[in-house]
Amino acid sequence: MTLVDSLRIALAALRANLLRSILTTLGIVIGVASVIVLVAVGSGARSGVEKQIASLGSNMLVVFSGSSRVMGRAAGAGTQLPLSEGDLAAIRDKVSGVTAISGQLNGSGPVVYGNTNWTTTLSGAHPGYTTVRDWPVTSGRELTAQDVRSTAKVAVIGQTVATQLFAGDDPVGATIRVKNTPFLVVGVLAPKGSSNFGRDQDDIVLMPMTTARNQIVGKSQVQADQVGQIYVKFDESTDLKEAEEEIESLMRQRRRILPGAEDNFNVRNLAEFMKARTEVLSTMTYLLAATSLISLIVGGIGIMNIMLVSVTERTREIGLRMAVGGRKRDIMRQFLVEAVSLCLLGGVIGTVLGVIGSVLVASAADWPVLIDPSVIALALAAAGITGIVFGFFPARRAAALNPIEALRSE
Amino acid sequence: MSTSKQQSAVAASGAPATLQPLISASNLTKVYTMGEQTVRALDGVSLEIAEGDFVAIMGASGSGKSTMMNLIGALDQPTSGTLKIDGRDVATMGSDELADLRNRSIGFVFQQFNLLARTPALRQVMLPLLYAHPRPENIEEMARARLVAVGLGDRLDHHPRQLSGGQQQRVAIARALVNNPKILLADEPTGALDTKTSEEIMALFTELNRQGITVILVTHEPDIATYARRQITFRDGHIVDDERRDHARDPQREAAQ
Repeated sequence: MTLVDSLRIALAALRANLLRSILTTLGIVIGVASVIVLVAVGSGARSGVEKQIASLGSNMLVVFSGSSRVMGRAAGAGTQLPLSEGDLAAIRDKVSGVTAISGQLNGSGPVVYGNTNWTTTLSGAHPGYTTVRDWPVTSGRELTAQDVRSTAKVAVIGQTVATQLFAGDDPVGATIRVKNTPFLVVGVLAPKGSSNFGRDQDDIVLMPMTTARNQIVGKSQVQADQVGQIYVKFDESTDLKEAEEEIESLMRQRRRILPGAEDNFNVRNLAEFMKARTEVLSTMTYLLAATSLISLIVGGIGIMNIMLVSVTERTREIGLRMAVGGRKRDIMRQFLVEAVSLCLLGGVIGTVLGVIGSVLVASAADWPVLIDPSVIALALAAAGITGIVFGFFPARRAAALNPIEALRSE
Repeated sequence: MSTSKQQSAVAASGAPATLQPLISASNLTKVYTMGEQTVRALDGVSLEIAEGDFVAIMGASGSGKSTMMNLIGALDQPTSGTLKIDGRDVATMGSDELADLRNRSIGFVFQQFNLLARTPALRQVMLPLLYAHPRPENIEEMARARLVAVGLGDRLDHHPRQLSGGQQQRVAIARALVNNPKILLADEPTGALDTKTSEEIMALFTELNRQGITVILVTHEPDIATYARRQITFRDGHIVDDERRDHARDPQREAAQ
């Protein structure tokens, strides 16, 4: 008896009791579907974070002005001593391995082109910004040192702004009004995607740091040389841990912080921070997937149960098969193949439902989902193994039947 | 090599009573243990059945005839004594070898037909071929030919439920014959059939025997046993009568008269 013969017999037997087969395999269906949905959502979230890590720019540290502590309580970011052009210059000149550096001073406001207006993030930056963030311009040019020196009213706009205001036209060379001041668009940034916190990073208008300080954020709110946060990019050989310590000691020195006193600034390796989040997500994903594997085990027990019933019901058939020359292993294989087919059938249905479920989650909850073919393969393999494990006992019982008694049974 | 076997069966057809024993049992016992009780179902039975013979095994229930049939059918092994089927000693065979012996040398026909539910006739007849070693290539054609031979060429796709009792038994006979066995072992083959159908089935057995196959019929109906040329009667695990009849019932001759 070939495997094809066994498979044909198994499928015929399953078809003969279609409703029962489907109900029996429901546990497997649910198990496989939930593994696929959970892993899809989990890896979607993880790949989202990974994309954000990549979008941060590599080999980069960020310096934030710290929160002051009033009577031991943190009073919120930026409440004390903003970072200045002097800090930026000091880091650039004294910390080793710096390849690019830029501040980013954020505000927000309406941008108008023709009849269209769009409220967006307005950011002052230094010429190094696009390098630090690994964020090139796709058309036009970057901000230059000359732009910063001359407080030029030029802007480099993000993809979202370009789409919203220009709807397909080339923005480079156009004049937009930012908070009622005319700016010349000199460049368009490459698409970057959403950030760590779900903000659309492409919804941005970059302008020279000096221009931003004067025009946008408002003179009353900023000190004359404030730069917001400072992005520092290092060459590949730099150990970011050491660079972080270097910046910390430099800043403490500049700010005359006594030994033992707390920093009033923060140096962060955002990529590291987010990698930790990725790991948590991975752990969660696998934990949830493992939980849903339990339903595979429960489903397997259901399959074993029904297979035992089936062996009892078909005792005469087994006897006949033995009488006409079926060996024990033929009988064993027939029932194993039947159990595995049942589980794989459940696995396939579960996969289809799982993929549909993932897509539904993606569209309904607006979560990123990622369906990994290897997860589908693993889930199907798990279903198949469930069939082998839980089909084994009933199959062995069938094979161990005495042909005479089996033929005589009712 | 099913073809060579087929040839040998055909060769035997010229001389139905060649005295080379196909089955030879010597001092055969079968003891069943049920709890503390032991039952001697067969008690020192010696017997030879020649190739091409038509034998009826008779006896009341509990006489040992069913046990004998199980042994001849290689479904069971004796407690002691030797039993050779087609030249091979059953006592020394493992369960796989017994399965292969049943597959190759013995065709079973049962009282309750034992057809598979919801399975078309053609697939029923193919079943023994699926278990054959080596598995023949053209099993579908072989099965179809057998069904045509038993007169069911137009019922290939019918399920048991769509067939009469007689037709179901014909499917079972086609299944028993499909692997060209030397022995056709029929256990009360007409027990579930009416008289007319029974006669048709017995006529089929007679015809098959004439073509050379050894037919062993287990029955408690004396009427049915008269089709056989030899009647062996069992009682309490012994053979009490072994009678050879010169004039077995011949349905062809009866029809001619």
